[in-house]
Amino acid sequence: MSQPFRTEKGGRIDRAEELTFTFDGEELHGHAGDTLASALLANGVHLVGRSFKYHRPRGILTAGSEEPNALVGVYRKSDQTPNLRATQVELYDGLQAISQNRFPSLGFDVGAVNDLLSPLFPAGFYYKTFMWPKSFWDRVYEPIIRAAAGLGKPPKNPDHDTYGNLYAHCDVLIAGSGPSGLAAALAAAETGAKVILCDEQAEFGGSLLSETSATIDGKDPAVWVAYAVARLGAMDNVTLLPRTTAFGYFAHNFVALAERVTEHLADPDPRLPRERLWQVRAKEVVIAAGAIERPMVFPENDRPGILLADAGRTYLNRYGVKVGHKVLVATACDTAWQAAFDLADHGAEVVGIIDLRESPPESLVAIAAARGIRVEAGCVVTGTLGRKRVKAALLGRLMTSGQVASGGQIECDALLMSGGWTPTVSLFSQSRGKVVWDAEAGAFVPGKSVQKERSTGAANGLYGLEASLADGYAAGEGAARAATGKSAAIAHSRTSGGEAGSGGTLGALPHDRNASRVKAFVDYQNDVTAKDVKLAVREGMQSIEHIKRYTTTGMATDQGRLSNMNALQIASGALEKPLTDVGLTTFRQPFTPTTFGLFAGISRGDFFDPVRKTPSHDWAVAKGGLFEDVGQWKRAWYFPENGEDMHAAVERECRTVRKSVGLFDASTLGKIEVVGPDAAEFLERMYTNPWKKLAPGRCRYGLLLNDAGYITDDGVIGRLADDRFHVTTTTGGAASVFATMEDYLQTEWPDLDVWITSTTDQYAVAAVQGPKAREVIAPFIEGIDLSAEALPHMSVREATFCGVPCRLFRISFTGELGFEINVSRRHGKMMWETLAGEIEKHGGAAYGTEAMHVLRAEKGYIIIGQDTDGTVTPQDAGMTWAIGKKKPDFVGKRGLERPDLKAENRKQLVGLLTRDPKIKLEEGAQVTILENPATGTPAEGHVTSSYFSPALDRTIALAIVKNGHALEGKTLYVPMPEGSIPVEVAGTVFYDKEGARLNV
Amino acid sequence: MLLIYCPYCEIERAETEFHCGGEAHIARPSDPEKTTEDDWVEFLYMRSNTKGIAAERWRHIHGCGRFFNAVRNTVSDEFLNIYKTGEAKPDLEAFAREAGK
Repeated sequence: MSQPFRTEKGGRIDRAEELTFTFDGEELHGHAGDTLASALLANGVHLVGRSFKYHRPRGILTAGSEEPNALVGVYRKSDQTPNLRATQVELYDGLQAISQNRFPSLGFDVGAVNDLLSPLFPAGFYYKTFMWPKSFWDRVYEPIIRAAAGLGKPPKNPDHDTYGNLYAHCDVLIAGSGPSGLAAALAAAETGAKVILCDEQAEFGGSLLSETSATIDGKDPAVWVAYAVARLGAMDNVTLLPRTTAFGYFAHNFVALAERVTEHLADPDPRLPRERLWQVRAKEVVIAAGAIERPMVFPENDRPGILLADAGRTYLNRYGVKVGHKVLVATACDTAWQAAFDLADHGAEVVGIIDLRESPPESLVAIAAARGIRVEAGCVVTGTLGRKRVKAALLGRLMTSGQVASGGQIECDALLMSGGWTPTVSLFSQSRGKVVWDAEAGAFVPGKSVQKERSTGAANGLYGLEASLADGYAAGEGAARAATGKSAAIAHSRTSGGEAGSGGTLGALPHDRNASRVKAFVDYQNDVTAKDVKLAVREGMQSIEHIKRYTTTGMATDQGRLSNMNALQIASGALEKPLTDVGLTTFRQPFTPTTFGLFAGISRGDFFDPVRKTPSHDWAVAKGGLFEDVGQWKRAWYFPENGEDMHAAVERECRTVRKSVGLFDASTLGKIEVVGPDAAEFLERMYTNPWKKLAPGRCRYGLLLNDAGYITDDGVIGRLADDRFHVTTTTGGAASVFATMEDYLQTEWPDLDVWITSTTDQYAVAAVQGPKAREVIAPFIEGIDLSAEALPHMSVREATFCGVPCRLFRISFTGELGFEINVSRRHGKMMWETLAGEIEKHGGAAYGTEAMHVLRAEKGYIIIGQDTDGTVTPQDAGMTWAIGKKKPDFVGKRGLERPDLKAENRKQLVGLLTRDPKIKLEEGAQVTILENPATGTPAEGHVTSSYFSPALDRTIALAIVKNGHALEGKTLYVPMPEGSIPVEVAGTVFYDKEGARLNV
Repeated sequence: MLLIYCPYCEIERAETEFHCGGEAHIARPSDPEKTTEDDWVEFLYMRSNTKGIAAERWRHIHGCGRFFNAVRNTVSDEFLNIYKTGEAKPDLEAFAREAGK
């Protein structure tokens, strides 16, 4: 098939293997080894997208991951991945790509009207325009901004793909496989050090793959690459990772790599992940990230067909593609001349080399003359013509006055430009190193290392093949020696050609055009022009960080790798400050855009967070129970029968517990075994209550404070022996209470002889509650007397349940006669099913967490975190009875003495009864003194718990209210949108105030 | 992600195994009853929040479970000293002078 811009020979593509792909539905052809970008260019397609703000036609600018314009969507598995850089998308048969940010089509885009309206969109446009009225912020402005924002469309479906993750350790990690990176890998590997070499491209070799005018050891550089890769591949101590981007450099030499595993394949193995996250801990890191070419900032420097010179050379030599038939080269440095010579040698017409410099090197001028190429020195491009593809360039001659005189125009179908080179210091910057200005290189280069890393080659501002190889060998050897202490000699390859060259320019070029009418782009992806940067300075932005945010220059996906230096020079001129005083913005992770899938890995769906299930889980599912999430736990919420709604089910469950008996899974409560000669002393210090006199076989409600004096947890603690306690905590507090105990034990009271063990997962707990509870458990319990006399309320015994050992607590969170049976977790299901069968004989039922909440609220038992919020003291909660007054110290005792905690006007826990018993208050609703307080009146408190109480046949609520204890009997109000609700302040115990039902 | 040496396990492990316990050497007053209001507030709430050399408590929570102390440069994240609970607080000034060089 015709690929009109394909060279006749050369390049690393497989000409025998033709691939078919589509771009915006049009069928095109390319070869194996192409990127989407090179295949499009081979077909003469330069127009690939529309710009972000002005919707200007844009073409492929680069050949690497810094590409700002050629962002495309690629279809895979019936969905589309947006914003992929066409320069990084490897071609495969059947690839379907689409352009972005255009409507209705790439060729005709109505958004292009923005380009004509551009005087309306200056720098800081958003800040200036979407300011007032305030009422427009979320209703009008945000929808407009959101609709206009972004380039590609997000995928519609959940990600089909899987993502891998692995940890790796190595002696030397080398990021980048150009001449320096390969040399570093060879030298480091030779010492026997464990080496990982990664490169973001499909093939190792970097710039060597497009270098045809130099030799290494007398051979084509690509041949040397093949030799080096083969040698490294044969070594057991080397891991080679192509298609792998080192995207983040973190503390302690932790480097994150993104490996693209299957995206380049037409028909990938479904068992393989799309990408793999490598979390590498390297003893030493070698940054061989190379350098990228700078665009030249001249008017209309963004038309399709305008590329960086080195990209033009890469497309030619590596992919066998001529970027045009009539190519103009505009440059300020030597390296771009070679692109012109290579193109001429492949039969392209080079219509001219425009060099900014007054006298470019004689040697280059002579080579150009030999090829009959027109050379214009001291000349700049002052504009371009052509809409969807560049047609001609306007020339300007630099005068000694600094003015520019018109120099006519040259017709061309492609324009290659080079403003010089910028070392890629992103990874170094991420490692927290500070860059320093190298006047000779005309660039910021890595300064002092902060972590165990070294930059080498072009990334270090060192150009030229010979120097890059030598620096690479030294870096690899040095890194290996630093990591392992070993070194080894390695023969260094010899090179010819590939000289560094000189030259380069920064900032906007002079021109003779009307400066207010033309656009010279600095940041292509964000449509930032030289004019915008100057405007930002005029409007008061002094710091480069402010200029960046005001204009968005450098905020694109390349993080300013292409634009920063030019923007900096323009800002430096406008601020009349030296470039080095303006400062450079910080490069941050990730180096290139990275998928969310890679970070998430397998942590999706069921693997997002562990799910903890109780022993009754399967039974509850079978019973049709509904569940609620309590932390990681799935707890049965209620068990509807015969089509009951939640209200009916909960009401029935509550009535059943009060009338006969209920069964509840309490396994989720935290459990801690406290053992040792000082166990009682330890609890004495941790909890507010006294423990030393608690007899074995008895239990007590324990209240835990922090040292500030606020309630943090509670639970029943049973004493099994003089030196052994069974502590329970709230479900949510299990881990933090255990950690707090460890903290005090290890760091404050290491003298105490106590061992604590978390036993939450070791016990299954069934709570049997209700007047018939004793009858229900009696047939299964052996070894103890269950009578009220032998086993009074707040007792604990060791016994057996159906023959298996158990700890039996006689305790209650419902206000009824109650038992909680703890058996080993593996017997939990047996216990539950046994008891569930038994309660049916007594007219009982299982109940869930909702009924549990209602039953405890009827008794005024608090829930930590619901009725308390971290600022509630025992006094506030009406629980001074839980404080051991004679104890010299406990955690929180001194805190309670603080003036604020003893002050008047503290919020206190009270009961609230609505005047209308049918109205249920909303939890969280505010409580006020006045029926209709003026807007802005502070609330007196808020409702913490609110339920319909079947036992009282009315609604009940708990609230924390300022001075609440003194307000009992008074009327307060809960203002709601439908009107203020009058409530009477009551005590917190609504049902069986004397506790008669407990002691039966 | 930091790489942290546990002085009890005597091995380096990734930060995900550890939990930072805030500033080290803030002892709970031994006789709280006799501690003045200001001293108690100092103990409860006042932390130096150092930029630079700081002594911190760490716990190898997903390992041996032990608390230990570490001197860390909070700017560079470099660990300069790691020692067991109960051992004396090192001279942070000396570390700061060394880091300032």
